[in-house]
Amino acid sequence: MRNKFRHSALLIYCYCFLALMLVPLAVMGGAAFNDSKFPTVLPWKGWTWRWFVDLYNDDTIWQASFNTLIVAIAVVVMSVPIGTAGALLVNSLKGRSRTLLYALMISPVLTPGAVIGISTLLFWFKFNVPAGLHLSVFAQVSFIAAYVMLMVLARLQSFDSALEEAALDLGATHWQSLRRVLLPHLYPALAAGSVLAFFQSIENFNATQFTRGASTTLTVYVGSKVRTGITPTINALAFILISITVIGALAYEIRRRRIAARAAEAEA
Amino acid sequence: MTDLIQRYGRGLSWLSIGLTAFWLLALVILPYLGLFEQSFRPYLPVDEIGGPNDHYTLHNYMALFSNPQDITLCLPGKDTIPGSPIYLPDLVVNWPIHLYIFILTIVYSSVVTLIVLMLCYPIAYCMAKVMDPRSLPTFFLLLVIPLWVSELMRSFSWYIILSLNGPLSTLLMDLGILSAPVRWTWGLCGYSGIMVGLIYTYVLFMLFPVYNAMTSLDSNQIEAAEDLGAGWIRKHWRVIIPHCKPGIASGSVTVFMLAASSLLVPSLLASPKSRWFTEVIQQWMFESHDWNSGAAYAFLLLVVCTIFVTVMMKLFKVGLSDIAK
Repeated sequence: MRNKFRHSALLIYCYCFLALMLVPLAVMGGAAFNDSKFPTVLPWKGWTWRWFVDLYNDDTIWQASFNTLIVAIAVVVMSVPIGTAGALLVNSLKGRSRTLLYALMISPVLTPGAVIGISTLLFWFKFNVPAGLHLSVFAQVSFIAAYVMLMVLARLQSFDSALEEAALDLGATHWQSLRRVLLPHLYPALAAGSVLAFFQSIENFNATQFTRGASTTLTVYVGSKVRTGITPTINALAFILISITVIGALAYEIRRRRIAARAAEAEA
Repeated sequence: MTDLIQRYGRGLSWLSIGLTAFWLLALVILPYLGLFEQSFRPYLPVDEIGGPNDHYTLHNYMALFSNPQDITLCLPGKDTIPGSPIYLPDLVVNWPIHLYIFILTIVYSSVVTLIVLMLCYPIAYCMAKVMDPRSLPTFFLLLVIPLWVSELMRSFSWYIILSLNGPLSTLLMDLGILSAPVRWTWGLCGYSGIMVGLIYTYVLFMLFPVYNAMTSLDSNQIEAAEDLGAGWIRKHWRVIIPHCKPGIASGSVTVFMLAASSLLVPSLLASPKSRWFTEVIQQWMFESHDWNSGAAYAFLLLVVCTIFVTVMMKLFKVGLSDIAK
């Protein structure tokens, strides 16, 4: 009985927490439609679309979005092969060398973004490579590759290497065995790793801020705009981002329920 | 190594070694070493670089201990709660300003980590052991939404909520609870906005590792503890928390690192009294253009985070592979 009471209290706490996590986003999204110069939902000064129009007409936003996209694609293209290669290498080692290599690969994840950014900037400056988005890509890859490595490594644990041996025994070349046996097993991890890398790159601020030079990405642009005076156009942007996330989440949930329903049907 | 060649052949093995070497050498080890080396170099005009004055010095690090200023220490009860009746006399000390900011950053980041842990532990427990498994995926999905919406937007949302004539003040005034708008970010010695922002922005990085650790605990163990007469405090203290150690260590390391090195939250939710160590680093880099001092301060930040990781690993007796998952 006491347990039951405690459990209901816990559940209520959980749902309050969830609500508190979501309300700020709703407030931010709602402010995109308020006809007030300062971004807020209260006091409500009437419905307007003008912040979306302003957003559409903001050339810097378009340029920054384009830069963000290019950087994100470059980061995915670099970090997925690097992370996969790192995972294969670490997986084939044992003992101390494995621990050491693993620690080296993990260290960028535990390093502050500012440190990654500054060290990348200083290092390439020695070779007369000026700051710019290419350095942002390098800085981001240094830790995003580690995320990919971790995901691929986790997936490799469930791989039966006897399959690979069988393929090689049956006359497949190493390249064929990689492409037809190992990679298909890794696809879920590679796909998840690519998505994670893409979104990690888009939202990155710290490492990008120190390496970007004069170019700007979406996150950096919005972050700097906050200091110079903010208008609800940022909220319009936030509303669009939240909508994309919510639609993605909904699609995922519908798909999950459909699969669950099908599984239940098959069981019945 | 022979295993690698056997499995993937020479070409593929060298390819993966090459890619990993590029990653670890060109993107991680050499830049970090470069940062360390450059942090000992003096800040000189371009024509003096490589000249007689260009020798290693501790000057950049000593900057942390120089430039003492009169700082009014913030004592509990005075500024922590606006309008608090408790009054303590001002305590003015003459401390190096950067050192003071450095220490404050570490202290506030640790407090944030602790608060976040206390917030998350019951939720992780509830999600893993109490909640109906059928409603869990939906709960999970809704929780992940703020995570996907990005760090910037999460901190920006509190910038709106806590602003002087923003929604929170207006709502409370409409309800008759407040009579005038409140400067929400000015509490807690000028750090209340930053604290709220850091907690909201990084709380999920604690929740998910602790939850993951919690799910691997066999519920029978909890029942056994209950059957043997353990009260709920003892049950958590002796059975559940020890099992969750890797998750707690992992979450704490991540949250502390993110909080201490945050740039967005301290600039968005600042008050006139608040300074964050990353802001000092940014000043060296972009305002003074003294990259060597910036390197020294960045290196200090790295040292603090490394010490924190080591302490957590020793304290919770977990390995690096438990922390980074």
